This record gives sequence, C-alpha cells and structure tokens, in this order.
Amino acid sequence: MTEVLKAPLVVEFPFTRSLGPVQSAFLTGLRERTVLGVRTADGKVLVPPVEYDPVTAAELRDLVEVAPTGTVTTWAWNPEPRRGQPLAAPFAWVLVRLDGADTALLHALDAPGPDAVRTGMRVRVRWSAQRTGAITDIACFEPYDQVTAHQAAAHTGEFAGEAVTGIVAHARLDYTYSPGRAQSQYIHALSGHKVVGERCPSCRKVYVPPRGACPTCGVATTEQVEVGPRGTVTTFCIVNIKARNLDIEVPYVYAHIALDGADLALHARIAGIPYDQVRMGLRVEPVWDDSDKDSRYPDHYRPTGEPDADYDTYKELV
Amino acid sequence: MAPAAPGARDVAIVAFGQSDHRRSTDELSEVEMLMPVLHDVLAATGLKTGDIGFTCSGSSDYLAGRAFSFTMALDGVGAWPPISESHVEMDGAWALYEAWVKLQTGDCDTALVYSYGKSSPGSVRDVLTRQLDPYYVAPLWPDAVALAALQARALIDAGDTDEPALAGVATRSRTAARANPHAQLRGSVPHGDYVVRPLRTGDCPPVGDGAAAVVLAAGERARRLCERPAWIRGIDHRIEAHGLGVRDLTDSPSTRLAAERAGVFERPVDTAELHAPFTSQEVVLRKALRLGEQVTVNPSGGALAANPVMAAGLIRLGEAAARIHSGASERALAHATSGPCLQQNLVAVLEGDPR
Repeated sequence: MTEVLKAPLVVEFPFTRSLGPVQSAFLTGLRERTVLGVRTADGKVLVPPVEYDPVTAAELRDLVEVAPTGTVTTWAWNPEPRRGQPLAAPFAWVLVRLDGADTALLHALDAPGPDAVRTGMRVRVRWSAQRTGAITDIACFEPYDQVTAHQAAAHTGEFAGEAVTGIVAHARLDYTYSPGRAQSQYIHALSGHKVVGERCPSCRKVYVPPRGACPTCGVATTEQVEVGPRGTVTTFCIVNIKARNLDIEVPYVYAHIALDGADLALHARIAGIPYDQVRMGLRVEPVWDDSDKDSRYPDHYRPTGEPDADYDTYKELV
Repeated sequence: MAPAAPGARDVAIVAFGQSDHRRSTDELSEVEMLMPVLHDVLAATGLKTGDIGFTCSGSSDYLAGRAFSFTMALDGVGAWPPISESHVEMDGAWALYEAWVKLQTGDCDTALVYSYGKSSPGSVRDVLTRQLDPYYVAPLWPDAVALAALQARALIDAGDTDEPALAGVATRSRTAARANPHAQLRGSVPHGDYVVRPLRTGDCPPVGDGAAAVVLAAGERARRLCERPAWIRGIDHRIEAHGLGVRDLTDSPSTRLAAERAGVFERPVDTAELHAPFTSQEVVLRKALRLGEQVTVNPSGGALAANPVMAAGLIRLGEAAARIHSGASERALAHATSGPCLQQNLVAVLEGDPR
C-alpha cells in the first residue's frame, strides 16, 4: 500500500461580530476601566452582562457599575498555558464574582502557584495597558487582600469617546490533514502523470477521483483502475472573471471531462483551442507542466484532433 | 407495552454498531472509517440502504477543519437514488433525537443514525474552545480540560467528591472497559500528572477517532428486525445558560429536567450509560439523576475509555440498547452531553419487552 499523504492545514479567520446595546456598553466600559453588569427584574446583577435574562428570557437593559474587585468562586491551576490564553506563565483559571455582582466572570488569575490560590480569595482586575474594547482588556486578575462593601450603582452605559460596536474574534486552528487511503493513491499516481480511479464491486462504476466509497451503493471501492489519459468534454462554461492570484487570461473554458474508462467526470481547464470553439463531445488529452515539479495535476487539457464523441457515449455523465 | 405518551409511536433501537476507537486513524478518510459500522448495523437488521426511511448524522466541521465535511461521509450511505437525509452539527445522540421525532410523525418506519469524529488531525482541546461564547469567553481560549477542572474544583469545595474518589471513577471505568473490545483505554491506567489541577490525565478522556451507528424502527417493524428491541420509552434534551458563571457547576438541572420528562424517575433503572468525559462529571450526573449504588453505571467503560467526539453520546444510547438486546438489562438510562461543563444534556429511557 502506498504511503498515506499528510500536510499541515491551518484554518484561520478574523470573525467580525457586531454587538448589541448591552455587550457594546460592557466592552466600551472595559476600555475605560469600568466594569458594567445588567440588572434583572428580580434584582440580580449579571456580570458579564447579557441582553436577555437566562431564566425568564426578558429583555435586559438596566446597566449598573460593579467593582473591579471580587471573590474567586472556583479555580483550576493551569501548569502549561496554551496559545491564545491570557498569560504565558502558569496561572489559575478563575470564576470571579465581582463585588456588586451575583454571577461570576471567567478569566485568568496571576498567582505564583496553586498553593497561593483558593476558593473565596479576594482578587482585583489588572487592566491591559492597551485597551480596545474586548474581554482581553482585562489582562488578568491578581490577588487583592482588601474587602470593600460595594453596591452596584446605576450607569448610563455612555462613555467619552466612540462606543465599541463590534469585535474582531481571531481564530486559528492547526491540523494535520490526511486525505486517507484512496485519495492518497490518486495523488501518488498523478505525480507519475497517471490518473487512477476505483471500481465499485457492486455497480462496476469507476470513480475518479476515488474517495474510497461508491456513493450510489455505499460500499468500499478497492479495485484500482487506470483511466484516460484521453477523455470527452461532457459540459463546460466560459469564465470571464479573472481570479485573484491566477495568471490565466480570460475568457477561458472550464469543463467537465469524462476520461476514457471513467464513470464520473472530473473538471479541468481547456486550452489550445479558441474558447468559443469548445463544445460538448470534444475529445481532449492532458498537458502536464514539466517546469513545475511540485505540480500533481495536469496544467490543462487540449484537443486531441479526433472526431467528436457521439452524444450517446457520454450522455450518462452530463 | 403502552406507548410512551398518548398518540406516540413505539420506537426502538434495533441495532447498534461502533468502530474500534483509536488514537489516530489517518490511513482512513472519514467515510472509510464510518462505512464498516454502517454495514454492521445494516447486516444486523437485514436492511439495505434503499430500505431506510430516514437517515440522520452528527459530526463537526471543526474536528475535520473543513466545511461541509459531512457531505463526504454521505458516500458511505448510498445516497442515490435520493434519500431523505438530515444532519446535526452535534453529537449523534441529537441526530437520534431528530430521527425519533421523524418516526413519531409517521413519515417512515425505519431510520439510520450515525455519527463520527476524528480528533487526530487537530487539537481537540483547542477545537472545543470554538463552541464557547465568542464575545466574553472564546477570546481567552479556555480549553475543555480547563473548564472541566473549574467544575471539578467546585465539586471538591462543595464536599461532593475528592481526588481519590475521582481516581476511583477512572479505575472503575477502565476496568469495566476490559470487556469492551472497541474501547481505546482499558484496564489499569496511571492516574498521572495534573493536566489542569485538580484534573489529572486519568480524569480525562482519551483523544481518539471513531464512529457509531444505530437503526431505529417503529412498532411491529422493530419486532421483525430485532429479537428483543430496546424501546425508547422516553427521550428529552435540555440546555442551560451559556454563561458558566450563571450556573451552579456542582449540579445539572438540565439533566434532571430531561430525565423527568423522559420518565426516568417513574421506576428504577438497572443500568445507566452516562456521557461523562471527565471523572468529575460522573459525580454531577449521578447526583442529578439520583442514581444509587444498585445501578450499574457505564459497564462499557464510558467516555473515559473511548471518547470519539460527536459519537460518544450516540454510543451511550447504543451501549444501553445493546444491554437490552442481550437481556443484560430490563430498563436502562442513556445520557449524552454536549458543550462545556455538561451544558446540554439528553436523556433517554430504554426498555425491553417484559419477560
């Protein structure tokens, strides 16, 4: 069996999210070193605040200011911080009930070790030097000995400067992608300028590219079959929009091609013929770009010069 | 047998299959991993793909790192000619719930439910942070172990458990898994170092790849397909506030409410398959479900022995059903969870015909 291919795959996106009135006030407040909560109909103060009561689903808009000091309600010692977490050195995850609040906020606590942390300990916010209106404007919590009585006080939610109305939530996940046995074999064969499919043991159809299963019969495909190199255009479109980072001149033709011996058409670009002369039934063959050693795919397909295929020979594949 | 509720149809799990769960299966694509399991349940019932009335699956694109990854897995089902199909971006237990609802409508008599997850391509601790509140929580990247550890500490502080008791849960689970040929972690497993204190490696589930499938059937159809169907006498799922600091982490009111609605408390159960990936979560669930010592909990080894994300909950329903099928259980509880610290919970009661 040929070696299964693997490659790093990074999925990364800056998710742009808009904020409602309560979240907007809360995050604007953090930028200004003020922690806001929201009061429910029965007088509870929720921090961090939400726009709807988690119990009654009633709309909540009654903002209040709470203290930047509070009490740890539970904690967990994190000996090996991971990428993206608030502190690089070992720290405690904590839920903190800020003074004046009835619910707890999740964040990090900077402490020398697990022996320095306990449920019920007093902490206070350490603000980030650079604040943008995000939960990370709280750099972390730090131990703070004093107990001060604090009543939540009404707040308009308005601050000097522009309100924060959105956040950009960066996300990055790292994977090692493997396409599995069937597609690895397909890609290996391509590097030898060969196209292989797999035959279904039940319906006898040859799938290319193979995915290891017959989508009609729902059984494993295992018998490898070399197909092509020649094939027939079953359908096509004319592309008039130039893609970014692609140096192919428009218009060009993108086509479905049924390789000889295959029961599924794959798609590729057609060249070597004026775009307006490409037609269904056109016989084509692959052109490999030998200058690009990393390329595992034909650069394009070109006409073979054979007479067009009869419609009946490919109508099932259109 | 009386129906679960007025007008409800009797629906049973008539077959269950699962893969061998392994740390990594990178020689297999998802469909290649899934297909043998689908064939197992079809062979057990004698059904062909074309006979199935409804197909529903559970999986997550975030595990694969690719959009619409479940469409590839459909190749294993044989989706031509067209089939009636649906998908949930959740554990397969919720796909089973959807299929159960579909059977209740009377639209069809049989359903195939499957789910799968490959955690090996990425870091599941990081991947699961993406299901958290994106405004206040996800930007801090608290991983799944960290959140479970906060819950464990709350339980210890409340006097509900301690570290030796948690180690006991781990040992009992993995000892039970000796009898489970599909399990990833079996027998003696060292309790290990702290991952996030107070949770040690032994308190955490293995990271692995796997798949599971069940066939559901209604009424007489179920009796024809299975000698001793596992009737779903009640099923319900509930969710709690997403804010962790709003919840009492030592309790699971959503599990209790789902259990109440599913009829768990009407009569004792003899078996409980609990979806508790962390030892501390079993403590919470036992309390919420009022399970006494007479109940056999996780005879399969549970999620501490094999935790293919997105399939582990469906496996709990399957394992409970398998105990009914074999006659080892008369009335079993199955539980599935999703989200941090048992945020979403599904509970079902399965029964065999009286003997």
